Amino acid sequence: MAYKIIASQCTGCSACEFECPNAAISMKGDIFVIDPKKCTECEGQFDAPQCAAVCPVPKTCVPA
Amino acid sequence: MAQLISLGSLTAPTSTETMREALSSGGCASSSCGSSEGAGDLPPEVWERIKDHPCYSEEAHHYFARMHVAVAPACNIQCNYCNRKYDCANESRPGVVSEKLTPEQALRKVVAVANEVPQFSVLGIAGPGDSAYDWRKTKATFELVSGVIPDVKLCLSSNGLALPDHVDEIAAMNIDHVTLTINMVDPEIGTRIYPWIFYRNKRWTGLDAARILHERQMESLDLLRARDILIKVNSVMIPGINDEHLVEVNKVVKGKGAFLHNIMPLISDPAHGTHFGLTGQRGPTPAELKALQDKLEDGTKLMRHCRQCRADAVGLLGEDRGQEFTLDQIPDDVTYDPAQRETYREVVAVERGEHVAVRKAASAEIAATAEGGSMLIAVATKGGGRINQHFGHATEFQVYEASAKGVSFIGHRKVEQYCEGGWGEDATLDGVIAALEGVDVVLCAKIGDCPKESLTTAGIEATDAHAYDWIEAGIAACYAARHGDAEQLLTA
Ligand code: SF4
Ligand code: SF4
Ligand code: SF4
Repeated sequence: MAYKIIASQCTGCSACEFECPNAAISMKGDIFVIDPKKCTECEGQFDAPQCAAVCPVPKTCVPA
Repeated sequence: MAQLISLGSLTAPTSTETMREALSSGGCASSSCGSSEGAGDLPPEVWERIKDHPCYSEEAHHYFARMHVAVAPACNIQCNYCNRKYDCANESRPGVVSEKLTPEQALRKVVAVANEVPQFSVLGIAGPGDSAYDWRKTKATFELVSGVIPDVKLCLSSNGLALPDHVDEIAAMNIDHVTLTINMVDPEIGTRIYPWIFYRNKRWTGLDAARILHERQMESLDLLRARDILIKVNSVMIPGINDEHLVEVNKVVKGKGAFLHNIMPLISDPAHGTHFGLTGQRGPTPAELKALQDKLEDGTKLMRHCRQCRADAVGLLGEDRGQEFTLDQIPDDVTYDPAQRETYREVVAVERGEHVAVRKAASAEIAATAEGGSMLIAVATKGGGRINQHFGHATEFQVYEASAKGVSFIGHRKVEQYCEGGWGEDATLDGVIAALEGVDVVLCAKIGDCPKESLTTAGIEATDAHAYDWIEAGIAACYAARHGDAEQLLTA
C-alpha cells in the first residue's frame, strides 16, 4: 500500500512533498521520491492521495 | 541584450560623474517606454510607492532594475497555457526554465546582484510555480533578504487561489505590491482556461474549479485592498476565449481597486507542450493586442511595458542578465555593500529630472503641430532614454504613438536580431518587417542601405538622423517632419 513517483516525468516542483500528510516524500537529487514505509495512500486522512491530486504531470504519482 | 548601463563603468570604483556619463551615453534610464507616464497620471500617494518600481512605473523602468528569484516551484492550479516543466507562464515568459533556488541560495544571489547592479530596487517572486501557494519558501526568502537589504522592495505574484490564506503575513512583511493573474470573471470562460485546481486537499475540475478560483481571486483583491497593498492585475489575452471578455475583467478589477492592468499576449507554441500549444490555440497579433489595450485605455492604467520576464530574470526591463548570476558563479560568501546603489540613486534623481523635462517639451511640441494625425514610431534603444541602438542589433523595438495627445508608449515588439555578426539575413528581415506591422517610422542609431530600402518598400521609413538624441525629441522631430511640413506646404 504505497504510491510511487515516476521519476522520468517528475518536474521537481515539490507540490507533492508540500501536501503529503505523512512526510513520506522527499527530495533525492533533482527529483522526489516516496518512502513506501511512510506512505499510507492517504487512507483515512483524505479522499484521494494528495500527491496524485496536486501533481501537475498526469500519471506521475501512481500506486506502486 | 540591451546592456543598458555599461557594467564596467559601474563596478569599477565609481564616482557620481562616471555614473552620470554612463547614463547619458545610453545607460540605463530610458524613455523607451511611455504609457503610464510619470507622476502626473497617478494619485501622488500611489506614485510615491511605485516610482522606483520598474514593473509598475513605466518611467522608473528606464532607471531601476528588478530581479526575480525562482524559489517557489509548486503550483496549485493548472493553466492551459502552462507546461509545468517550465516556469509559470502567468508571470514569466513561457517555455523557459529557471534555476530553482532554496531561500538561502536566493539570498546569496540577491546580494551578489545588489553589489553589481546598482539599478537593483525590486525583488520579486514569480514562481516558477505560485508564490502564494509555495508560501513557506516565498516567505523565508523575503525574510532573509530584507534582513540584509532593508530598503529592497518586495513583490510577489500569484494566481490568487492561496493568497487569502497568507494576506496578513503579506501585509506584515511590508510586501507593498502584489500581482494577480486574473484571466476571467466568468467561471464558464474559466473552464476553457483552467482544467483543474487543487484546493482544500482536493482536486477540482470543470465549473467547480473555475468558480472557486474566481471567488478566491475576488477575495484576494478585496483583502489586499483592505490592507492597502498595491495590486497589479495580469491577464493573458487568449483569442476566441477571453479576448472580448477582458473588457469585463478590466471593469471588475478596476472596481476592486487594482491600479494597473497588464494585458499579456498568449504565447503559444506546440514545442512548449502546453494544452493551448498542442491544440493550436493561437496568440493575439500585435494589432489585436493594441486594439484591446486601446479599448481599455481609460480603465485601470494599462501597463504596456511588461516583458513577461522569466522567473529568474535579473536586470532592467527588456534585459535579462540572469545568466551572469547563476549560482555557480556566485561565491559562497558574499557581503552586501550598499555604496553602489546609493550613488546610483543620487545620479538618477538628477537624470530623471532632465528626462522628464525633455518628454514634456516633446509632447507639447507635437500637440502644437496642430494637424493632429497620429503615427507609430519604433525606436531602437539600449536604454538611457536615447535612440542609441543599431537597427541590426535590436532584439526589440519600443513603439510609440505620436498624436495630438503627445507621445505615448504603446509597447515593445520583439524581433529576431537582424544582424548577427555583421550581415543581415533576408529571412529575418522579413520577420522584422512583420513585427513592425503598422509602424510608420523606425528611429535607430544606424542602419544600412539594404535594410533601409527593404523597409521603404514595405512602407516603413527608417532613419538614423536622430541618433543618440532623446527618444521623445527624435519622435517630435519626425512628427513635425511629416505633419508639420505638410501643413507648411499647404500654407506656404
Ligand atoms: S499517497 Fe498520500 S501518504 Fe502517500 S506519498 Fe502520496 S500524499 Fe503521501
Ligand atoms: S508533484 Fe509531481 S512533478 Fe511535482 S515534485 Fe511531486 S511528483 Fe514531481
Ligand atoms: S499558475 Fe503559473 S505555474 Fe501554475 S499552472 Fe498557471 S501558469 Fe503554470
